[in-house]
Amino acid sequence: MLLRLASLALFIATWYAGSLFAGERMLPAPDTVLAAMLSEARSGELFLHLGATLARVFLAFMLAMTAGTAIGYLMGRVTLADRLGDPWLIVLLNLPALVIIVLAYIWGGLTEIAAILAVAVNKLPNAVVTVREGARALDPGLDDMARVFAMPRLKVLRHVVIPQLAPYIAAAARSGLSLVWKIVLVVELLGRPNGVGFEIGVAFQLFDVTRILAYALAFIAVILAIEIFLVQPFERRASRWRLRPA
Amino acid sequence: MNDAHPVGAFAPLDVRVARKAYPVASGERLEVLNDIAFTLRQGEVGAIVGPSGCGKTTMLRIIAGLDRNYDGSIARPPDGRLGMVFQEPRLLPWRTVEDNVRLIAPQADAGELATLFDVLGLAGHRAHYPGALSLGLARRVALARAFAVKPELLLLDEPFVSLDQPLAARLRDELATLVDRYAVITLLVTHDVGEAVELADRLILLSARPARILADMPIATPRRLRTAADVASIKAQVADRLVALGQPAVTAQFN
Repeated sequence: MLLRLASLALFIATWYAGSLFAGERMLPAPDTVLAAMLSEARSGELFLHLGATLARVFLAFMLAMTAGTAIGYLMGRVTLADRLGDPWLIVLLNLPALVIIVLAYIWGGLTEIAAILAVAVNKLPNAVVTVREGARALDPGLDDMARVFAMPRLKVLRHVVIPQLAPYIAAAARSGLSLVWKIVLVVELLGRPNGVGFEIGVAFQLFDVTRILAYALAFIAVILAIEIFLVQPFERRASRWRLRPA
Repeated sequence: MNDAHPVGAFAPLDVRVARKAYPVASGERLEVLNDIAFTLRQGEVGAIVGPSGCGKTTMLRIIAGLDRNYDGSIARPPDGRLGMVFQEPRLLPWRTVEDNVRLIAPQADAGELATLFDVLGLAGHRAHYPGALSLGLARRVALARAFAVKPELLLLDEPFVSLDQPLAARLRDELATLVDRYAVITLLVTHDVGEAVELADRLILLSARPARILADMPIATPRRLRTAADVASIKAQVADRLVALGQPAVTAQFN
């Protein structure tokens, strides 16, 4: 803990030094950024844009994870689905995010739906690949057990399949959350009238580094809170059956 | 649920497997089972005894309906509930002992489950996760799970293998208690003649692969009345029978 604090202090000190060296215009000092953040918060602007961005992150993330888990499971279990889906997957994996975003806006107009779909499609192949690995590793012994005892399908899914896929879904969610919020900012920059990405776009045109940093830091703080208060407790709960290392 | 079946009302298990073969890498087919046929009545415990690798597990999988790729037919009690104990416990590691049983047998009432856990010495482990159990305890949970569904047909695949002798003996006693209490059709697969003789009403001796039936021997003395001397004499009969059949190699593997 002490080491972490020391490391953080070093980071802030470096920031100060950099600011002195490069000048307030290129790199404003931490207290300037903090003041800008507070003033944006007081005016309500900060929460408006943060809220818009978070809503997009949430919707795109849920969409990509749900569809990705379903498709990944199918591809891991059914050889035909894997053969048919694999070329599509490779295309999607290698299609640059920017291409998907621009095409979504051209085909769907500068709408909320096009924006969220563009983000979800960017995340989708990654979730599919991870969950497919999990589905390939499902224990055939437990499958047989469920079949012999004639467990209903939904029960099998909930108590036999999902717990086995959980580590893979968690891995996909972890990497997915960071990927999704980065892409959401680009999507907002290119075609939305609000959100953190939009604000950063405006600040870029005005060359307002203070505002760019204020919004970026506020957003990082929110993501950190989600990680600590949502993702980690969920993981602890999902793995409570594992033996703790003594 | 239809758990109120009258005693003595269910149909026998009728197994007729003419042939079962697996394709192997060279493109040929490896014959595993050859002309296996027997019938078990309600309350009867049949023990399939054969050397390791002779196809006993394959046969159980066919009877359980997990493998439908064979020549022949299996008649199970119609709509009969099936209880199975695999060679490994196959519990859900992310569910407690109690949940593992309840998930499979949602209709079992609390009193019945408590009795079952008591008989198997699991009462103190209901809230534990399988990862915290020894193999012996985990095997007992697998037994509890199989009995909790009140099966009409119970299939046991080497349920006591790799346990130390005193524990295996205790579990055999517990199994005998349960089999008598619930009067199911039981099919036990084992490579241990002693275990088979202690538990079974009938011994079905299999040859090495491809497995065929060498002998189908009923045991006249009821399970509860068998003394150590009876068990020894039946084991000797089995050995004599195998020698008479010209299968001393199989005998050697049994002992």
